[in-house]
Amino acid sequence: MGKPKHGDIQRANMRNGLAFAAPALVGLLTLTAYPIIAAIYYSFCNYTALKPPVWVGGTNYVRLAHDALFYKSLGNTAFFAVLSVPLGVLVAFFLALLLNMRVPGRTFFRTVFYIPSIVPVVAGSVLWLWLLNPQYGLINYALAGLDSGLRWLDGLLAWAHIRVPLGVGQPGWLADPAWAKPALVLMSTWGVGGWVVIYLAGLQDVPKELYEAAEIDGASAWDRVRHITVPFMSPHIFFTVVMGLIGASQYFSQAWVMTGGTGSPANSTLFYSMYLFQNAFQYFKMGYACAMAWVLFILILLATLLIFKTSARHVYYGEGG
Amino acid sequence: MGVEHAGARRPRVGPAVGLVALIALSAVFLFPFAWLLSTSLKPESQVFQMPPRWVPHPITLANYRQGLTFIPFALYLRNTLLLCTFSVLGAVTSSSLVAYSLSRIRWRGRDTLFILLLSTMMLPYQVVMVPLFSLFKALGWVDTFLPLIVPAFLGNAFFVFLLRQFFMSIPADLTDAARLDGCSEFAIYRRIVMPLSKPALATVALFAFMGTWNDFLGPLIYLFDERKYTLSLGLAMFTSQYGSQWGQLMAVSTVVTIPIIVLFFLTQRTFIQGITLTGMKG
Repeated sequence: MGKPKHGDIQRANMRNGLAFAAPALVGLLTLTAYPIIAAIYYSFCNYTALKPPVWVGGTNYVRLAHDALFYKSLGNTAFFAVLSVPLGVLVAFFLALLLNMRVPGRTFFRTVFYIPSIVPVVAGSVLWLWLLNPQYGLINYALAGLDSGLRWLDGLLAWAHIRVPLGVGQPGWLADPAWAKPALVLMSTWGVGGWVVIYLAGLQDVPKELYEAAEIDGASAWDRVRHITVPFMSPHIFFTVVMGLIGASQYFSQAWVMTGGTGSPANSTLFYSMYLFQNAFQYFKMGYACAMAWVLFILILLATLLIFKTSARHVYYGEGG
Repeated sequence: MGVEHAGARRPRVGPAVGLVALIALSAVFLFPFAWLLSTSLKPESQVFQMPPRWVPHPITLANYRQGLTFIPFALYLRNTLLLCTFSVLGAVTSSSLVAYSLSRIRWRGRDTLFILLLSTMMLPYQVVMVPLFSLFKALGWVDTFLPLIVPAFLGNAFFVFLLRQFFMSIPADLTDAARLDGCSEFAIYRRIVMPLSKPALATVALFAFMGTWNDFLGPLIYLFDERKYTLSLGLAMFTSQYGSQWGQLMAVSTVVTIPIIVLFFLTQRTFIQGITLTGMKG
């Protein structure tokens, strides 16, 4: 058979490979490489997008270091991430464990927990704005119900001469600087369904024999979760924590919709990405916004490295991974 | 299995407790939807009624009529669907071409390209946001759909990754045989690999559609003319201007949400596959 020469095949492969990859090559150049270089340059410039950028050296970074709102937005974002990610992991893990039991209607329950996560962001935010309405919202109505139940219990205890004032009260949620971020955390927990599905898939890979062996050895349900399930699930948990942190660091749309892009009240929901967006597209301080973006990138990178380092010993990738 | 040991075991209360917990928790997850529907069907006088009335009396579609005409709904739906169509088309064609190159053609530098592509996923959008805006502004594309359409045709790292995984699972014999018969690479891609990859392509199409339907930041940056708004942007703007029209807001939110939920029920398997596929296999 007249085989084509080795060199010819290689050349043809090179040509085809590049041709098929052309969209990505163009995309990498125009949508990533160029913007990265431009963003570095702009971050050292005064740039309004109306006039050409003017080089100002490190001014933007210096100003950033003295910008109270920068720290405020950074703190808000960290607060949100530190609250929403662990809570999301706990809730999703718990739901996945429940769904993994042999109970009737599992598919139905799985669907119920998953659906909130696909509700379009804007529609979901508008819905939660109404749920969290301090006067007429469902959540405070439920809390009021809980309160009256507790008062009844209070009365019962008083009868037994035990006096502990019980009560949960009804926060102002998005109207109260102290409660606005917890309100958003609550909303984000409603959307953990994607993680539930990931955990549920992971749970199928945990060897059943281990549970049986542990049960015969007299391990309690908690022991089995603690010493079998969690170690086997650690890669999944690790993955969701990293993705969750990256997502939380860029938290934007929900906060924008629920506060009309203001970050109110008292800047308590002014998240990093929102302040960055305001600088870029409302104050037209585009150079400043680019400097903020680089600081964000470096912070995300450091946080991710930190998690990788500290969790290396705790993540179990199976025998011979 | 469990039968032989049944006598030795402690009585199992687990599943019963689990079932009760599942019922209670799923109620918590469902209540917001009930609230959404209930409010959207209420006459205005009952929206602020305390204690709330779960079943409105009378049930009215007035909020839908008013909300969907106040927002030029048909126009925004058309805009959104237009963007969705192009982003699905762009994602399926460009990402599959790139994935084919990265999985089925041996060429120097393809691994480097793959790693570069993957590393772009780590880059926060905020970093490229401003330069992209000024680039599109220089091209005269601001306040058009182009900044939201064209990038879809330039390969998406996440979709490429997903399709590459799938393409690699197609046996090499199939394509080698075609190659020996003198098929061009494009013919192999078009006639063999693509038809075999329908499930993965469906996942990509689904995610691209959802991503565009839900996108808020992109339209917020690039669309200024009210007639070009998408549904999400329109709803957000309506909310920030008429924040107390809860009945209408819930009606519009319901209408924006329903297509996604219907889509979910129609494509459940693709959906779940997609999440687990993307969630793992790093």
